Amino acid sequence: MGKILMKGNEAIGEAAIRAGCLNYFAYPITPQSEVAEYLSHRMPEVGGLFLQGESEVAVGYMIFGAAGCGERVFTTSSSPGVSLMSEAISYIAAAQCPAVFVNIMRGGPGLGGILPSQADYFQATKGGGHGDYRMLVMAPASVQEAAEMVMMAFPLAEKYRNPVMILGDGLIGQMMEPVEFPEHLKSEPTNKDEWATNGMDTRKSSRRNLVKSLFLDPVKLNENNLILKEKYERMKREEIRYEAYNIDSDYNILIVSYGTMSRVCKTAIDNLKEEGIEVGMIRPQTLFPFPENAVYEAASKKNCAMALSIEMSMGQMVEDVERCVHGKCPVKWYGKCGGEVPTPEEIMDVVRSNLS
Amino acid sequence: MGKTFKRPEALSEMDSHYCPGCTHGVAHRLVAEVIDELGIRGRTVGIAPVGCAVLAYNYFTFDFQEAAHGRAPAMATGIKRVRPDLVVFTYQGDGDLASIGMGEIIHAANRGEKFTTVFINNAVYGMTGGQMAPTTMPGQRTTTSPFGRDVKDVGMPIKVAELLSALQTPAYITRQSVIKPKYIVKAKKAIKTAFEYQLEGRCFSFVELVSTCPTNWGFTPVEAVKWAEETLLSYYTLGEIKTPEQAEGGSDAK
Repeated sequence: MGKILMKGNEAIGEAAIRAGCLNYFAYPITPQSEVAEYLSHRMPEVGGLFLQGESEVAVGYMIFGAAGCGERVFTTSSSPGVSLMSEAISYIAAAQCPAVFVNIMRGGPGLGGILPSQADYFQATKGGGHGDYRMLVMAPASVQEAAEMVMMAFPLAEKYRNPVMILGDGLIGQMMEPVEFPEHLKSEPTNKDEWATNGMDTRKSSRRNLVKSLFLDPVKLNENNLILKEKYERMKREEIRYEAYNIDSDYNILIVSYGTMSRVCKTAIDNLKEEGIEVGMIRPQTLFPFPENAVYEAASKKNCAMALSIEMSMGQMVEDVERCVHGKCPVKWYGKCGGEVPTPEEIMDVVRSNLS
Repeated sequence: MGKTFKRPEALSEMDSHYCPGCTHGVAHRLVAEVIDELGIRGRTVGIAPVGCAVLAYNYFTFDFQEAAHGRAPAMATGIKRVRPDLVVFTYQGDGDLASIGMGEIIHAANRGEKFTTVFINNAVYGMTGGQMAPTTMPGQRTTTSPFGRDVKDVGMPIKVAELLSALQTPAYITRQSVIKPKYIVKAKKAIKTAFEYQLEGRCFSFVELVSTCPTNWGFTPVEAVKWAEETLLSYYTLGEIKTPEQAEGGSDAK
């Protein structure tokens, strides 16, 4: 079909449809309300379902109900709304249902601001909700990548019977870029008859299915947790995605950065190259599972004197970078919050001052 | 002659954990009988609450989901919207529906979601050990209102059926009771009517069932029925509070 110039939020909505997901429940919140506005007229066009719920709390459970009966479903929200959905996400993970969540991050904590941030890294990758669970988290750095990650999210959610999150930011949601929706990323839903409450008649079975997360017997609850843990271990083996930038050069500093922040860093790296300064970068595309080996190898290179985690937060991913670098070199953080986006010149200054 | 009274197919063989004198067992049975009579077991999905009935799914023999506290109407919305051919019902207690879940039930009812809610009103929080509920009566002692519910401090008990019937969207809203056979007969009819409205795809249907909780009221089962009849039924009046015909007729009449 060719590339279309689309606003990120709208591309995310369209991507779900192109992936074969025809069910969307959501609540308006800046900076992602355009997804709901777009899908409110687009879903009926394709015979899909659009429903605006009364709160993010309710929407989280609409997602759970629909996912539990075996239908592809997704929602989008932003930081404070994702906090409200976090309980439902914990339940969905525990009950082993597939569902896709998109967080278009804004400044926090609290009501915060409506401009972009990357301050929900902990929430997305370390839990957010209660209990031992993880989400598979992907972080796009462009509207095209957001569309592709949304399309990939559905089969991944079904492969693992787990929630998958696309972690974008206000820039991804609001900017307009050319996008196309690759045909090869469209997928068929997998058979859910083994576990979904899609009706015994539908399954032509006399066995009923139960979607639940309560295991009062501690032995059974531990077993459920072991099942979940094994999924996350498998994700670590099979789903790590990242981009390495200028990593073959003889860099002294390694930047680790994701999402739109990584694009600013790329510009800084290109500019510094012209000045004769080499900087390498690892851009995680999955935040969970984190590209631990890639970061470790890159930080272990002969002349690498420092790893710099650059984030639009007060330093969240830096803790994972520290952990992966394993003391091979010092790890520092640089970032800004509140919706301020560091410029390439700032990044260049940070690099230069760390080199001296 | 054969068996004339047997366990409904929709009810499992498991012994329940409910207390002596609890009416959950009766309510479960009525729902199961209605499901059998309507022949819908193969396409019904129940949603269990958090409360004494958190294990309700153990007592039914069809697909079930377990909701977080209060969220069953949202889950029911999710299921019914994506699979309108499934018969969906929530089964909720006072804390679940009238406290934490008040937002969800009002909005589901207001949107006219085509599922059925069975609301067990026993004026107390059962599972967690007898705390005050939004439906607790004035002066009623509970573990968090040890001096009796003080309406000047925490307001009057909520009449959920009337609250929901104030919404403009047509619905079937009824309050019945399961504390004595004469009420149980009417309760079953109401539950069946509620499910029939759903099968028609007509409207949201809601059956409030005034129930007993002898354990947390500090009564014997017999005393509990007496107290429920005297105190609960005089406040929570029984009857059909709203039908979709009324609501639809009413707007025409304007």
